[in-house]
Amino acid sequence: MADDKFDAIVVGAGLAGSACAYTLAKAGKNVLLVERGNTAGSKNVSGGRLYTYALELLEPDLYKRAPLQRKIVREQVMLLNERGATTIDYFNPDFGENIPQSYSVIRAVLDEWFAAEVEAQGGMVASGILVDGLIEENGKIVGILTGGEEMRADVVVAADGVNSLLGQKAGLFPDVKSHAVGVGVKETIELPDNLINARFGVTAEEGAARVAIGCTEGISGGAFLYTNKGSISLGIVFNPEQAAKQQRHIQDIFQDFKMHPAIQALIEGGTSVEYGAHLVPEIGYQGIPKQLHREGFLVVGDAAQFGINTGLIIRGMDLAIVSGLAAARAIIASPSTAEMGALYMKQLEELLLVANQRAYQNFHGIFEISRIFGGYPKLANDAMQFMFTVDGKTPTPMVKGLLRAVKKHATFGQMIADGWKAYRSL
Amino acid sequence: MTIKKLGPEELLALDKFSVDEGNPHIIVDKVICAKCSARECLIVCPARCYRLKNDEVNFEYVGCLECGTCRVMCSGKGVTSWNFPGASFGVTFRCS
Ligand SMILES: Cc1cc2nc3c(=O)[nH]c(=O)nc-3n(C[C@H](O)[C@H](O)[C@H](O)COP(=O)(O)OP(=O)(O)OC[C@H]3O[C@@H](n4cnc5c(N)ncnc54)[C@H](O)[C@@H]3O)c2cc1C
Ligand code: SF4
Ligand code: SF4
Repeated sequence: MADDKFDAIVVGAGLAGSACAYTLAKAGKNVLLVERGNTAGSKNVSGGRLYTYALELLEPDLYKRAPLQRKIVREQVMLLNERGATTIDYFNPDFGENIPQSYSVIRAVLDEWFAAEVEAQGGMVASGILVDGLIEENGKIVGILTGGEEMRADVVVAADGVNSLLGQKAGLFPDVKSHAVGVGVKETIELPDNLINARFGVTAEEGAARVAIGCTEGISGGAFLYTNKGSISLGIVFNPEQAAKQQRHIQDIFQDFKMHPAIQALIEGGTSVEYGAHLVPEIGYQGIPKQLHREGFLVVGDAAQFGINTGLIIRGMDLAIVSGLAAARAIIASPSTAEMGALYMKQLEELLLVANQRAYQNFHGIFEISRIFGGYPKLANDAMQFMFTVDGKTPTPMVKGLLRAVKKHATFGQMIADGWKAYRSL
Repeated sequence: MTIKKLGPEELLALDKFSVDEGNPHIIVDKVICAKCSARECLIVCPARCYRLKNDEVNFEYVGCLECGTCRVMCSGKGVTSWNFPGASFGVTFRCS
């Protein structure tokens, strides 16, 4: 029946899906947003820090309504060895000025808010519904199936996340490959705000973001720590292929990291309240499927494997929002379903998502330098220990002592090769 | 409260699950697993749903965090079917 038909059905109320549905509803489209979790966000795990420009693109000042945690004004990088830590701390209060550059977020809270915003714009949100199939007619996708029930629309937007079973069902791409993803594990730890403020040197509204290497037992990957309101998000992302080649369970490596003296000191007095895990697209541009649309069907966000990981910066949520917006604009501008796919690709270019992905396209080459995850962080700490040791004995000459620290972890040949590899990747 | 190293059961005890009794969303074929030598699932499943018992790989879908890692990593094709749990079942995250 024509009346039962939606202009668009968006599957997945993550950031990509809600950004898309929000824009469509605001433009007066009859849109249905379907989410398998009982509430939006209840299935989602992120780091996470959201780069605010994406919400601003969607609608100026929208971020002011969003339940964001702390605006990030401190960027910290930690190099760990067994018990030591060398930390670089970059403080920039201007990151929090005007339109702050980024905020820590909690997905269960953020996504639920966003879905409510979709409803406020007149969109229909159906949570607790798992989409298990697509309806195809005359070579077009014309709707979804859920528990044997049909729902029809001019276009279906797959915003179903990194595992995108729908993209596979539509025949657009095969399952994600293990070399293209990282597996993230995360613990949320409640900690009083006064302790967070004191330990991270921030005020009540401000926060710190930290990444750490040298805590993965040599496995390609790294840890993250974000300060929220009243809690800390602590996690590690591992390369699953390398993890599987060694003997220790990733949970144990993660728990050892949590108990590292330099990390423990930050979270002491806290209470662990949640443990989550999720895949994350890891290889950027090269991981994006060649085909992201067919007639009546567009793929956005993690489902399209959009993501940028430079080791210092993890981006996915912003790209999810931008791609959701791109899809919505394509749907709004298209006179018929035939043009939508091409328009969507054009919007991804215009909104600079493609340019962002391309700029980092060789970056994951860095993660093939295994010493980054073990040797070099250890080297940094040994060098520090040497330089700061005063014991009354005859001091070792500075150069000799430093060279000794270096040689323990890498030969000069290896360092030159690694430097060259890094240079080629950047 | 204090921070301590948490074991597999303690970590999962932090989470809220609603179990679809008798209706696993992931199917693992023990016969295939018996012939698998890599057994990646034992190391990479963040919920430790895959465990070795008497040299056999045992899979338990309760406690699954729905991440997809086992499906992506299983080299022996013992994960014969992988789906999300039915609507309203599975894990519920409140603060991730
Ligand atoms: C550990 C970790 C740390 C990260 N840190 C950061 C960070 O700091 N900053 C950043 O920008 N990004 C980060 N990312 C990446 C970021 O989380 C993702 O890129 C982002 O969540 C993608 O959003 P999305 O809307 O595309 O997908 P998702 O958030 O995964 O949303 C997909 C939605 O679809 C629903 N769904 C799936 N299938 C169906 C179905 N069949 N029927 C109905 N509903 C369905 C799901 O329940 C879910 O709500 C991190 C990721 C991980 C795992
Ligand atoms: S989906 Fe993730 S948590 Fe669930 S069994 Fe597979 S690897 Fe384990
Ligand atoms: S990796 Fe796959 S085939 Fe091998 S034991 Fe695990 S589930 Fe079975």
